[in-house]
Amino acid sequence: MSRQKPPIAEISHVYKSYRRGDQIVPVLEDITFSIEEGEFLALMGPSGSGKSTLLNLIAGIDRADSGTIMIGGLDITTLSETELASWRALNVGFIFQFYNLIPVLTAFENVELPLLLTGLSRKERADHVLMTLSLVNLLDRMDHYPSQLSGGQQQRVAIARAVVTDPTILVADEPTGDLDRVSAQEVLGLMERLNQELQKTVIMVTHDPRAASKARLVRNLEKGILT
Amino acid sequence: MLFFKLIIKNTFRHGMRTILTIMGLVIALIAFGLLRTVIKAWYSGVEASSSTRLITRNAISLIFPLPLSYKDKIKSVEGVTAVSYGNWFGGIYIDQKHFFANFAVDPKSYLKLYPEYVVDPAQKEAFLKDRRGFLAGRQLADKYGWKLGDTVTLKGTIYPGDWDFVLRAIYKGREPSTDEMQFIFHWNYVNEYLKGVHSSRADQVGFYMEGIERPDMAAQVAAKIDALFKNSLAETLTETEKAFQLSFINMTETILAVIQAVSFIVIAIIMAVAANTMAMTVRERIGEYAIMKTLGMGAFRIGALIFGESLTICAIGCGLGIALTYPAARVFAHAVGSIFPSFDVDPRLFIFYAAASFLVGVVAAIVPTWRAVRVPIAEGLRRIG
Ligand SMILES: Nc1ncnc2c1ncn2[C@@H]1O[C@H](COP(=O)(O)OP(=O)(O)O)[C@@H](O)[C@H]1O
Ligand SMILES: [Mg+2]
Repeated sequence: MSRQKPPIAEISHVYKSYRRGDQIVPVLEDITFSIEEGEFLALMGPSGSGKSTLLNLIAGIDRADSGTIMIGGLDITTLSETELASWRALNVGFIFQFYNLIPVLTAFENVELPLLLTGLSRKERADHVLMTLSLVNLLDRMDHYPSQLSGGQQQRVAIARAVVTDPTILVADEPTGDLDRVSAQEVLGLMERLNQELQKTVIMVTHDPRAASKARLVRNLEKGILT
Repeated sequence: MLFFKLIIKNTFRHGMRTILTIMGLVIALIAFGLLRTVIKAWYSGVEASSSTRLITRNAISLIFPLPLSYKDKIKSVEGVTAVSYGNWFGGIYIDQKHFFANFAVDPKSYLKLYPEYVVDPAQKEAFLKDRRGFLAGRQLADKYGWKLGDTVTLKGTIYPGDWDFVLRAIYKGREPSTDEMQFIFHWNYVNEYLKGVHSSRADQVGFYMEGIERPDMAAQVAAKIDALFKNSLAETLTETEKAFQLSFINMTETILAVIQAVSFIVIAIIMAVAANTMAMTVRERIGEYAIMKTLGMGAFRIGALIFGESLTICAIGCGLGIALTYPAARVFAHAVGSIFPSFDVDPRLFIFYAAASFLVGVVAAIVPTWRAVRVPIAEGLRRIG
């Protein structure tokens, strides 16, 4: 009998509000839930319900007003900006709706970018990049600039960039929101493989039911409350 | 190196904007360089002056003369080895633009007092003999293509009429700083004319020049000369040649102060231009910096990207500025004619170029970096798409 592994993420009593002028707009209220290691979670909900905000808190690119966010046993709300930056570099891979590649860098260089923060040699970096680009099946496009790639191809480069450092968690904010159906299927298939074959924990925000159907667990956020 | 490649690529992303900024910097540096060179040229007359020569002039003002009769009294002062005298003639050649200094002097004593004017003995002889003869600096003669024996006409301002002079001798400067743009002729030529038409203005001297034994005697000898004429109709003011040159310059001190101020304002303006370029650039890329921060890049790396870009622009501007300053100075010197005895670009100027460019690069990057670093990632990301 194997002991149950602790959850990779434990979010407890998280509140988050934004200031708009002199008005305080509450976005998240008393969010408490956990995510198992190796999970593929889809966060759904209407636009403006706070999905991106919650995802950003978990990924350590925004700060909660109160509450704790334990990731892999570490409460990331206690980290300084610098510590948080290093923590992100090691533990989180990001995939965005608009791919967000650096336009003046080639596909290869975009994927190499996060590796600059590691101690890897040039040769090791190149090996990692090539391996990851072959994973997303874009080796033949590695010298192309983002503007020379289709939306789906750009998103696959972005996925390669997200996983090249071998993070434990992948966060994706509407990764198929800007893609046609075929490209969206490709991207989702890729994320499914990353989850199943490489055991990445995937947290994906989406309001596309087809995307959510790939996930193993779907949670709904409505008006700042998780259901 | 990917990081440097990113800096270079970012620099030329908005080619036109970058080129215009670089051009602005180049123009500002050259403007600064030329203004500095003007100031230096202005002072070069002082550097060339001797400290074993004194100048005596009317105590009230340079524009009032002294009687010729002072000559022998000055000569008798202890420590004075030679005395010469002269008048500022102020003649115009062709028009105002062709400015050069022209003096009526007692030629024999003058040349003895100014050994830095090197003249061929035969030419010197010819000059001393011809009452209408004149001595010209080599640069001046070259500039107008005057040959020995040529007649040159100056239009008198202080002494009306057209005055014809015959070129009898050309001097070379002994030092690089020696002014080779002088036009020197016989005091007697003017004085004899005055005797005929304005006898009241005859036998008047604009200034005396004295040679003294040793530089350290200057103050003492000057005081003795001035004491001689104390309470006379025309009191004198005697000072070293250097001080005399400086008092000339003092008249234009305000102009120099303005030029000085302008040269620094030019640098301040380009600082604003570069800062604006960097601010625009960084504002457009706030989203990209947010991505990089998401990937784990800290303030140091974001700052290095922005400072790197700013300094790259300024380094290119500095390089082009240095390369173009010499040709610009040549064009400038040609355009202003011969106002300055020497118009040489001081290579030390380029140290300032480098320092100024570096400063501009750093200052331009500070605020944009601060903004890029401070913007919360989540907010930066929202600006994309
Ligand atoms: N930086 C911010 N400043 C002010 N309001 C914000 C900011 N980010 C998000 N919001 C507001 O918070 C709410 C939730 O936003 P978000 O998390 O992006 O929703 P979703 O991703 O579910 O569409 C929205 O009303 C949005 O306008
Ligand atoms: Mg969203």
